[in-house]
Amino acid sequence: MQIDITVNGTAQSHDVEARTLLVHYLRDAVGLTGTNVGCDTTSCGACTVLLNGQSVKSCTVLAAQVAGEEVITIEGLAGPDGKMGPVQQSFQDCHGLQCGYCTPGMVMAITSLLAENSDPTEQDVRIGLEGNLCRCTGYHNIVEAALAASRVPEMRQ
Amino acid sequence: MSILGNRVLRREDPKFLTVGGTYVADLDIPGALHLTFVRSSMAHAIITSIDTSQATAMPGVIAAYTNDDLGLANLPTIMDMTNALMASSILASGTVRYVGEPIVAIVAQSREIAADALERVVVEYEPLTVVIDPVEARKDEALLFPEVGTNTAFVLDFGGDEALFDDCEVVVELTLANQRVAPCPLEVRSAAGHMTEDGRLEFNSSTQAPHGVRDTLANFLGIDPDMVHVVTPDVGGGFGAKASVYPEDIVVGWCIHHLGRPVRWTETRSESMLGLGHGRAQIQHVKMGGTRDGIVTAYRIEVLQDSGAYPAFGTVLPFMTRIMASGPYKIPKAECASVSVVTNSTPTTAYRGAGRPEATAAIERVMDLFAREIEMDPAELRRRNLIDKEDFPYTTPVETVYDVGDYHLALELALEVAGYGDLRAEQARRRASGDVRQLGIGLSCYVEITNGLPDGEFGAVEVQSDGKVIVRTGTSPHGQGHVTAWSMLVAEQMGIPLDDIEVIYGDTDIVPRGAGTMGSRSLQIGGAAVNQAAVDVVEKAKDLAADLFEADRNDIVLDKSSGRFHVVGTPAVARSWADLAKAAVEKDGNPLFAEVDLATAGPTFPFGTHVSVVEVDTETGKVTLLRHIAVDDAGRIINPLLAEGQVHGGIAQGVAQALLEEVVYDLDGNPLTSTLADYSFISAAELPSFETRFTETPTPINPLGAKGIGESGTIGSTPAVHNAVCDAVAHLGVRHIDMPTTPLRVWSAIEEARSPGGTEAERR
Amino acid sequence: MIPAPFDYVRASSLDEAIRLLGEHGDDAKLLAGGHSLLPLMKMRLAQPALLVDIGPLRELSYVKDEDGYVAIGALTCHHDIATSPAALDGAPALAHVAGQIGDPQVRHRGTIGGSIAHGDPASDLPAVVLALGGTLVAQGPHGRREIDAKDFFLSFFEVALAPDELLVEVRVPRAPGSQWGFEKLTKRAADWAIVGAVAVRKPDGVGVGLVNMGPVPLRSTAVEAAVASGANAAQAAELAAEGTEPSADFNGSVAYREHVARVLVRRALERAGV
Repeated sequence: MQIDITVNGTAQSHDVEARTLLVHYLRDAVGLTGTNVGCDTTSCGACTVLLNGQSVKSCTVLAAQVAGEEVITIEGLAGPDGKMGPVQQSFQDCHGLQCGYCTPGMVMAITSLLAENSDPTEQDVRIGLEGNLCRCTGYHNIVEAALAASRVPEMRQ
Repeated sequence: MSILGNRVLRREDPKFLTVGGTYVADLDIPGALHLTFVRSSMAHAIITSIDTSQATAMPGVIAAYTNDDLGLANLPTIMDMTNALMASSILASGTVRYVGEPIVAIVAQSREIAADALERVVVEYEPLTVVIDPVEARKDEALLFPEVGTNTAFVLDFGGDEALFDDCEVVVELTLANQRVAPCPLEVRSAAGHMTEDGRLEFNSSTQAPHGVRDTLANFLGIDPDMVHVVTPDVGGGFGAKASVYPEDIVVGWCIHHLGRPVRWTETRSESMLGLGHGRAQIQHVKMGGTRDGIVTAYRIEVLQDSGAYPAFGTVLPFMTRIMASGPYKIPKAECASVSVVTNSTPTTAYRGAGRPEATAAIERVMDLFAREIEMDPAELRRRNLIDKEDFPYTTPVETVYDVGDYHLALELALEVAGYGDLRAEQARRRASGDVRQLGIGLSCYVEITNGLPDGEFGAVEVQSDGKVIVRTGTSPHGQGHVTAWSMLVAEQMGIPLDDIEVIYGDTDIVPRGAGTMGSRSLQIGGAAVNQAAVDVVEKAKDLAADLFEADRNDIVLDKSSGRFHVVGTPAVARSWADLAKAAVEKDGNPLFAEVDLATAGPTFPFGTHVSVVEVDTETGKVTLLRHIAVDDAGRIINPLLAEGQVHGGIAQGVAQALLEEVVYDLDGNPLTSTLADYSFISAAELPSFETRFTETPTPINPLGAKGIGESGTIGSTPAVHNAVCDAVAHLGVRHIDMPTTPLRVWSAIEEARSPGGTEAERR
Repeated sequence: MIPAPFDYVRASSLDEAIRLLGEHGDDAKLLAGGHSLLPLMKMRLAQPALLVDIGPLRELSYVKDEDGYVAIGALTCHHDIATSPAALDGAPALAHVAGQIGDPQVRHRGTIGGSIAHGDPASDLPAVVLALGGTLVAQGPHGRREIDAKDFFLSFFEVALAPDELLVEVRVPRAPGSQWGFEKLTKRAADWAIVGAVAVRKPDGVGVGLVNMGPVPLRSTAVEAAVASGANAAQAAELAAEGTEPSADFNGSVAYREHVARVLVRRALERAGV
C-alpha cells in the first residue's frame, strides 16, 4: 500500500506492506538509517523519533498508522545550516555518547522531554529516560547533557 | 603546553549526532539477500528430522542450508585448552544442546520473506535429559557429549594444601554465585558482504577484532587471507562478546562465497539473548583465614565455571580468575582451582572483566564476612591487608606480578569522598530506630589485569604532502574514542592540529594486522604503538630536515606549537611537515612514514576502591542505589573525559549485576529472560550520578605510563554494591544474599533470618 | 520482529469499525495505540488476518467533566490523561497512574481503551478503574451499553465485550480533592508491576484495586469491607491477599506476592488517609 508521511519536513511516498513498521519505513524506504533497531519488545528506545512533536518508539508503530502525519528523525534536528541543536551540542560537550547506537533515540527522547518539561530535575530526566537503554555510558553523561540542554536559553522559550 | 591529560571532546561525535553512525545493518548493499536462522526450541535433543521443503517452496526463498550442506569444520577449540570432541559444529549437527542453537540457515530475498520462511521449517526432536545446573552437570549423569564421557571441559588443578588454614585463628567460608548475565550491546550481531569481480570476499562485521574475522573466514572457506577483505564500520558495543567469531558469521561468509551473491544478516534481540555469548556464570566456594586482629593469612577459591553447551572463551575464564585471586591484599598463601562444565545453555564468553570481576566479587564478599566475624569495620580490615605502595613490583601467591600501585591512597580517598563516618552514623541511627528503610554501605578494593594476552599491536603514521597525517591502528574501537585519543598522542608528538589527523581502523586492507579491542589493552599497546610510530616519524623528519638545512642532526628542533622544524637558534627559517613530506618522496620515492609492531611490555594492573550506599526497603526487599563512589587508578590518564566515560559505563554494568540482571533458565532449559522486557537491563531510572575520582600512579611497564580502564568500573563496582545490600540487613541476622539482590531475594533472606526454615521464604 | 502478513483498513467511522468487526469476527483485531497488540504481533503470538485501525477516530479522544463523572474517550492516550486538567482535578488517581505506565514514548501512543480492553491483570489502569468503581461504555451494532467495571474483566485476557463491540468510553466518578494512594513494586521503573495496589478514598469508604495478583484485575473487597467497618490501614491490609491467586515466577513466589500485597495495600491506604 502507498503510504505518505512527511519526514523531516519533506513529503515521502512509498509503497510498503501493511505490516511495515515505521522504523523500517524510515530506514529502508526513506533511506534514513540514523534511527536504530535495538530490540523486539518495545524496551530499548533506540528507535525513538518524534511524531507530531512527541517521542514515540517507531518499532511499535505501523507506517500505515501515521500516514499523513509528521515525523522527525535525528537527521532532521540540525538547523538548515547544519548546525547542531542544543541537545545535540550538549551531548558532544558532555561526552554523552560512546558507541552511538542508542544516541539518536536518546536525543529524540530528550528533545520531547524538554518540550514537555523545560526545567527538569535530575530525577525527572532519569525517569523520563526509563524507556531508553544504553550499555556504554552508564547514563551519567547523558543525564548531564539533558540538564545542560535544558539550561540553554533557546530551549526555555 | 601538552594536550595530554586534557578533556578533549570527541572528534567522532558530530556524525553520530546528526546522521547517526553507520552500523552493518545501515550499509547499502545492492541486491543483498537476507539470511536468518532456524534455532532450536529444545535445550537437549536429537534432531530426528529437518523439513525445509515448505520454506524453500515459498516465492523469494533462495535456499535453506543445514550443517551437512555447509561441509565445514567445527569451531576450533579454545586456546588449545578444551576438548575437540566438545567443539561446536557451525550449524547443529545431529544433536542440539541449547535453546537457540542455530540449525538451519535460510536465505531469502527480503527480511520479511526470511521471517515468514522461518515459520515453515519443521524440525523434529527426540528429547534428551536436560542439565542446566553446573553442580548437576558435574555429576556426569546426563552427558552432553557421551563420546567424551564427562561434562568437565577444563580443569585448573592447583593448590590442594590441606594445611592451608591450620594456623588460622579465624576461618570463614562461603559458597556464592556469580550469576550468568547477558552482555546486551545495543547493536546485536550483524554481518554482511559480497564477492568482488576479482574473487575476493568483502565482509562487514560488527566485531571487536576485524583481523580475527578475516583469518577465521579464510581458514573456514579454505582461501588465502589476502582474498578476504574485512571492513568493520561503526560497532554498537561489544563488551567482550563480539571479540570472537560466531558460527553465524561463518555461515554468512560461506553463503556469500557459495552463492556468489551479496548476503546480509542481522539477528533480532531475542536471538541475540540466546546466541550471543553470556558472561560470568561461576559458582564459587571461598575460604578465608587469619588472625583475630584482622590479618588475613590464607585464602582459597574453588570455581565451578558454567561453560554453556559448547566450550567457548567462558570455559577458560577461571584462568583469569586465578591470576587475580588474591586481589590487592598481601595474603601470604592463596590457592585457586577450577572445574569448567558444559550445561544445556548458551555458551559463555568474555564479558567486561572476563574472569576478573569474578575474582574480586568473591574475595570482597568474604572480606566483609571476615570483618563481621572478628567484629572489625570492613574498611579497617582492608586497610590492614592492602599491599603497601613500597612493595612493588609485588608477586602474589599465585605468581602474578603486580607492577605498581598505591592501594591505600585509593581506599582513603574513596572513604573521604563517601563521608564514610557520616554514613555509618546514619546507618546506626536508622538501625536504632528500626527504620523500615535501612542503609547499607559496601566497599570494594580491587586490582585487575589489563593487556594480559601476549599480542603486540600495529601502529603507523604517514605524513601526506599537504602536511596532514594518516594514522593506522590495529585496534578496533566500538565507542572507546580511539580516533580522539590517538590523534591526541600524535598531536603531542608532532605538533599537528587534531583536525589534520585522520585515524583509520577496522579495514584489513588498509591496516595489515591487529588484535582488535578487548581486555582493556588498546591504549597501552595500540595507542603506544601509534605513539611510537609518531616518535619514529619525528626522528625521520629531523633527518630530512638536517639534509634540507645542511645542518647537524642534533641541532634540529621541532617546534610543536607551530608544527615546524628549524635549526636551533634560527626559528624564523623553518620547514613544515608538508615540506618534509615532499622531501621524503623526492629523496627515495617513499612517503614520510613509520610502521611499528609494538611487542607487549607485559600486563598492567589498574586498581581502586569503590564505595556504594544503598537503601533497602525491609518490607518489600527493594533496593535503591543512593550513591556510588569510585576511585580508580589506571596510571597516566590521557583523556579524563574518555576515561570517566569508561568508568561510568562499567559501573552501570557492575551495579546491574549486583542488583538486577540475571539470565534465567527453567529446569527444561527454556530461557525465561530472552527479551529486554524480561531481562532486567538497567536503565537511567535505577542509577544515580556517580562520584568518580582518578588517582594516577604511572606504570613503568610502557612508555605512556598508562594502564587500561575499560573494565575497572565493572570490576570495582559489583562487589561494593553487593556488600552494601548485605550490609544493610546484616543486623537483622542476614549473612549473605546471592546476586542479583532482587526484592524477592532480599526479602527471603530477611524472612529466613527472622525465622530460619520456618517460613515459605524461597530464594527463587 | 516482523509480524505475519495481514490486511489493514482505516476505519473512517465508528460504525464502519463495528461493521468490520461483525463481518470478520475472530479474524479481525482493533488497532488503537498498538502498544498492547503490536508487541504480540511482532512475536507472532497474535496473527490477526485484518487490522481495523481506529486511531484516526479522534472524536474518541477526550477527557470531559460530565455530571458526577469524568468521561474519558477510549482513544485518549495515557499522556493526555496524565496531563488533562479535567482528569487531574476530577480523577487524580487515574491521572497519576496513567502518567506512570511504561515510559514516555509508550504513553504518547498507548490508550486507555486499548489498555482496559486488553484485560491484562498486570496492567495498572484496570485496577484503578475497578477501585474507582468505574463504568465502561461499549458500542456495538445495536447501540451503546454501560458495563460496570466489576463485571468487565471475565477471565485471563477476556473482557465483557462482544466480538463486534468497541470500548468507546471509560467513566469514573468525579472526586475532586479525593485522597488516594498508588504503590507499585517493580525491579526497574518501567517494568510491569510485580505487585501493585491502589486505594481511593470515597464518601462511603475506600476502593482498593490490585495489580498482578490473579488472572484478572482485582478489586480487594475484603479490604474495602474491613475499612468500612472501622479497621485502620494496617488491620485492613492484613486481608489484602484474600481472594487473590497470584502466580509464581522468578520475580516473586506466591508467598512473596501475598506479603507484598499486604504491604502495598497498607501503604496505599495510609496515603489515601485511612
